[in-house]
Amino acid sequence: MRNDPQVVGAQPRSAVESQMARSKSPWKAIFAYSVLTLGAVTMLFPLYWMVLTSLEPGDVAFSSGTIHWWPSKFVWSNYPDAMEAVNIPRLYFNSILVALLGTLGQVITSSMAAFAFARLTFPGRDRLFFTYLATMMIPGSVTMIPNFVLLRMLGWIDTYQALIVPSMFSAYGTFLLRQFFMGLPSELEDAAKIDGSGYFGIFARITLPLSMPALATLTTFTFMGFWGSYMWPLIVIQRAELRTLPIGLASFVGRYSAEYSLWMAASVIALVPVLVVFVFNQRYFQEGIKMSGIKG
Amino acid sequence: MTNKSSKESLAALGFLLPNLVGFLVFTFVPVFVSFGMAFTNWDLFHAPRWVGLFNFEALLGWHYDPVLKQTMMNDPFFWKYVGNTLFMMMAIPVGIAGSLCLALLMNQRLKGMTIYRTIYFLPTVCSGVAVLILWKWLYNDNIGLINNLLRGLGDVTGLPLNGPDWLGDTLWAKPALMLMGLWSGIGGFNMILYLAALQGVPRELYEASAMDGASGWKTFWAVTWPSISPTTFFILIMSLIHGFQGGFMQANVMTQGGPAGSTTTIEYYLFNIAFTRFLMGYASAIAWVLFVVILILTLITWRLGGKVVHYA
Repeated sequence: MRNDPQVVGAQPRSAVESQMARSKSPWKAIFAYSVLTLGAVTMLFPLYWMVLTSLEPGDVAFSSGTIHWWPSKFVWSNYPDAMEAVNIPRLYFNSILVALLGTLGQVITSSMAAFAFARLTFPGRDRLFFTYLATMMIPGSVTMIPNFVLLRMLGWIDTYQALIVPSMFSAYGTFLLRQFFMGLPSELEDAAKIDGSGYFGIFARITLPLSMPALATLTTFTFMGFWGSYMWPLIVIQRAELRTLPIGLASFVGRYSAEYSLWMAASVIALVPVLVVFVFNQRYFQEGIKMSGIKG
Repeated sequence: MTNKSSKESLAALGFLLPNLVGFLVFTFVPVFVSFGMAFTNWDLFHAPRWVGLFNFEALLGWHYDPVLKQTMMNDPFFWKYVGNTLFMMMAIPVGIAGSLCLALLMNQRLKGMTIYRTIYFLPTVCSGVAVLILWKWLYNDNIGLINNLLRGLGDVTGLPLNGPDWLGDTLWAKPALMLMGLWSGIGGFNMILYLAALQGVPRELYEASAMDGASGWKTFWAVTWPSISPTTFFILIMSLIHGFQGGFMQANVMTQGGPAGSTTTIEYYLFNIAFTRFLMGYASAIAWVLFVVILILTLITWRLGGKVVHYA
């Protein structure tokens, strides 16, 4: 990390650069810190307000003209109330099931296809890969309607597979992993080939273990994608028992029009898993963004 | 074909098959089906009827209205929603500039930047229905935080600072959604991309610029800006592509596209045409128009960008 003072200190500095560093007045740092802190407060305050409202008694949160920065009374019961009003346990179960299975499916199918594109030779490979790339430009709304019609013909409306299966095959994931596999040294694979490993052995025992960072990145992004998916579940799910978290939350707001404390409590509950994933995978987020930027 | 290469092709087929089947069924074939559907009239419940170019004419064409004595668009709503979409896309350059400024501030060798980066990324992580509900609350006319703050500020300064009914006013609903978008996106993907780009600017260039005695402002335009132009270019194209397809979730969760259609975007219109009015053919035509516009715009940006962007 560049920002780590020890690492920076370990880098040899040229004369000009240290002169530059010295000529940098403390005002520049003060300016940067003030602007960034002001911005950080703007970023955090709405989120703080969400937690604050979620703990307020209903009538206090709604009284006009008064701003208080701390709950007048901690009403923890808003949380169980919100859970019950929206049936959050069920929404959680659906969202987690769909996100886990969908992510698993996408990572497996993408990594297998990526291996074929990166490491095997077969007729028509480059043309097929180009077709994959070309479809990444097509807006989702083009394929959305035929997919809905197909699922309706299959009788899949209002099923879990409608939420999982169509999103399990990703051209983007295949592309991302193919680029990563291309960059891996092939010596290990050659050695395994000499030892008599088959293609699947090479894929499972060498390529995949070497690609953990890329796989973690794809897993994180895919999981977040499934977790936040909104339009597709809205199209294929009508029954309340099969709703995912975003759909359930949105319908809650439609039904309880002024229960702000409950809205906010439900929103906080919905955000917890995302924040947990983010905290533990923060570096994969940033790496993933940089990887996706490379194709530009 | 030798035995070995046919064996390799067979293995490739095995590796590809799961993904390829899904790709063909859910992406490749639907593209052609959608194109065909755009030339039909279909409500899902009766057999589709071939109507030729009728949908495109109804969407893009115009006619002379003898009563009003003026030329009218066949679907004035569509053009209004195109306008809404373009209006909301005006936030894109503001957002890009903001992300770049943040990245420049964070790229200095100061302590604690990792914490700032995490904080600025939080709204992006949280983005989704929960955050939209939060902003619906913040924008509440009478008791929302923003109007309360404005009122408080008005009391202190004596200025008439009464906030509008943000989401209920045709004038303010779009800016309100744009402001929310800036909040959630400014420290997100684009800023991380810019930070990575800034860290990749060759140090020798800065040294040379310092030797020439260039000011910070001059150095930025002479060294930094050209060096990170490929990133700007990438961000711009991706933002345009997303911008044209944007606005569905906000409209669906916060405004129902209102008031008076002022926050209905192309995507929200398309969804309603398809899934509340069941005009599958017409919706497919909208999707294809959207696709073609995105394609043309990307190509133009690509062409123009090729002249401006500096690849090291």
